[in-house]
Amino acid sequence: MAQAKLPGWVNAGLIPALNLLTAFAVSGLVILAMGENPMTAFGYLIYGAFGYGEAVGYTLFYATNFIFTGLAVAVAFHCYLFNIGGEGQAYLGGLGIGLVCLYLGDLPFWAVLPLTVLGGALFGAAWAAVPAYLQARRGSHIVITTIMFNFIGSSVMTWLLVDRLKRPGSQLPETSHFPEQTWMPKVHELAAQFGLDLARSPVNLSLLIALLCCVGVWLFIWRTRWGYEMRAVGKNPEAAVYGGISPAKAIMVSMLLSGALAGLMGLNELMGVQHRVIINFTNGCGFVGIAIALMGRNHPLGIVLASLLMGALFQGGAELAFEMPTITRDMIWTIQGFVILFTGALEHLYRPRLERIFGRGEAEVAP
Amino acid sequence: MTELLTQLVLTADATLRISTPLILAALAGLCSERAAVIDIGLEGKMLGGAFTAATVSYLTGSAWLGLICAVLACLGLALLHGFACITHKGNQVVSGMAINIVVAGLAPTLGHAIFHINGDTPPLPSGARFTPLTLPGADLVRDVPVLGSLYSELLSGHTLLTYLTFALIPAVSFMLYKTRFGLRLRAVGENPEAVDTAGISVEWLRYRAVLIAGALCGLAGASLSTALGASFIRDMTAGKGYLALAAMIFGKWRPGLTVTACLLFAFTDALQARLQGVELPLVGEIPVQFIIMLPYALTVVLLAGFVGKVVAPKADGIPYVKER
Repeated sequence: MAQAKLPGWVNAGLIPALNLLTAFAVSGLVILAMGENPMTAFGYLIYGAFGYGEAVGYTLFYATNFIFTGLAVAVAFHCYLFNIGGEGQAYLGGLGIGLVCLYLGDLPFWAVLPLTVLGGALFGAAWAAVPAYLQARRGSHIVITTIMFNFIGSSVMTWLLVDRLKRPGSQLPETSHFPEQTWMPKVHELAAQFGLDLARSPVNLSLLIALLCCVGVWLFIWRTRWGYEMRAVGKNPEAAVYGGISPAKAIMVSMLLSGALAGLMGLNELMGVQHRVIINFTNGCGFVGIAIALMGRNHPLGIVLASLLMGALFQGGAELAFEMPTITRDMIWTIQGFVILFTGALEHLYRPRLERIFGRGEAEVAP
Repeated sequence: MTELLTQLVLTADATLRISTPLILAALAGLCSERAAVIDIGLEGKMLGGAFTAATVSYLTGSAWLGLICAVLACLGLALLHGFACITHKGNQVVSGMAINIVVAGLAPTLGHAIFHINGDTPPLPSGARFTPLTLPGADLVRDVPVLGSLYSELLSGHTLLTYLTFALIPAVSFMLYKTRFGLRLRAVGENPEAVDTAGISVEWLRYRAVLIAGALCGLAGASLSTALGASFIRDMTAGKGYLALAAMIFGKWRPGLTVTACLLFAFTDALQARLQGVELPLVGEIPVQFIIMLPYALTVVLLAGFVGKVVAPKADGIPYVKER
């Protein structure tokens, strides 16, 4: 194949970097069109994301959300399923986590934590189960059904938060505060116990859980039978059937796991910072997960790197919007959209040219 | 009895109004997917069209200029989609999602930069938007029982864009099934190799299909912000692009069935506006959130197999790579 001609570092390093640079260049043009200096803007963005301890903490905090949703999209994608429902699955997963914290929050933290992980995963997986079943057995379009489940989930959660779970006496659609022992310990609090003085920030123990999930997903996809069956169905369903694999089962497994991973996002956002279930706490992270998975080439390591980049964009973007009033936080979405476009849909933009530059030597070696 | 009839006519009237952008977007998706290019980006293109139409109409005071610019903007987005999916053979779903996200961010960003009010556009004065037209004689026959109210309430009193939309339905159908271009467009979605063998450019055909979709999205967007509403509001498409896509899938990629599905969605939407706060027999008052999710739930239920087996155009979503 044409792709094999390129050296590994060009394929995995140079091409994504060029695509990313193009996305930023186009975003820079938009900023220029609004009458601001793009270089100054990117300066604020980078300083806002990495310039000081607190900023780094916020970047890592956002990145944690994205690792969960990015992994979710990637797991489904290995089975060639486009899970656009990460948003709804994360939202419902948050409900599961919230219910555990609200009703079982009197238990000690070491007992609550596994229960919340279970609650978030179960509710997230349940929200992915219907689209998964419809895809596996009825052949309906998973892209459409997961999108519809985002809308349905949003309505259900609004109803619950307004009608059923609202904190008594409050005007806001949110639950009561979780008991204090269910709050996820923050990294600077943990560090203080070892005598380290880190800047205060919302980054918390969930980051570690997210990284453990990365390892778990890697093991699952490339080291287990279920993972193998999933990838086989993703590559070629007909061949998989011939090999004795049930595509329907593989679809169910990958979608349920995907939903479960998305559902864990609430660990970071709700138990880490909000300490209650609020309306729309997912704030588009489910959609960002699609970008994360694409940029990270559906590999856990790539997903961690992509999440760091997106986390930096979110945190730096907030600083940028503060320093340059012309540019609002919506600009982050624009930049992100361009990143998806150039790293995802237009990933082959530079490939032919690079093949001409780097491919020649090896093409002669090949028989 | 007349009370019920009035309610029915008013709901049907609202259905026609609400269905306008939905039908336009669904026809757009249909043209694109019949040529095998998946268009998840309907949502973003519609939003872009809505923003352009409202902005240009406000700045120039002309709804027509707004409409033209909305179509041009959506043609631009369609070209981008085509460049990614047809020329560079990129993933079509990803490209569509990217367009949705870019526009969802860009429209309020530009809106804020131009008008300095929170990303929306200011309300449009009546000259800068499409206002309802009264069909000839509508006022005369208003008092004639049944037929009079049907004519004056249901058929009359829509904007030009609604009438244009219902004229476009047979036009698109004719284009697809009765013209040589339509035949080739459908062929390129089923068997691009055959089209290529016949010496016709697969890429150029697909570009044209995508551009037609873009133009229709422009009309859909303009109808949202300058006919149904009177300004651009952030996220005003609110999933209509995805709903249009679902309608197209129910409609089995056929114009007549697709439009029927659009009307069904629009009807549930019109119904939910009327059901809010109403006590129903047996069930009592339904929480408003459940009424809002009616069209989405209906989509899932219908997709679960009540529409029979759905067969997409054979090459849908597959970039064409010429054999060498």
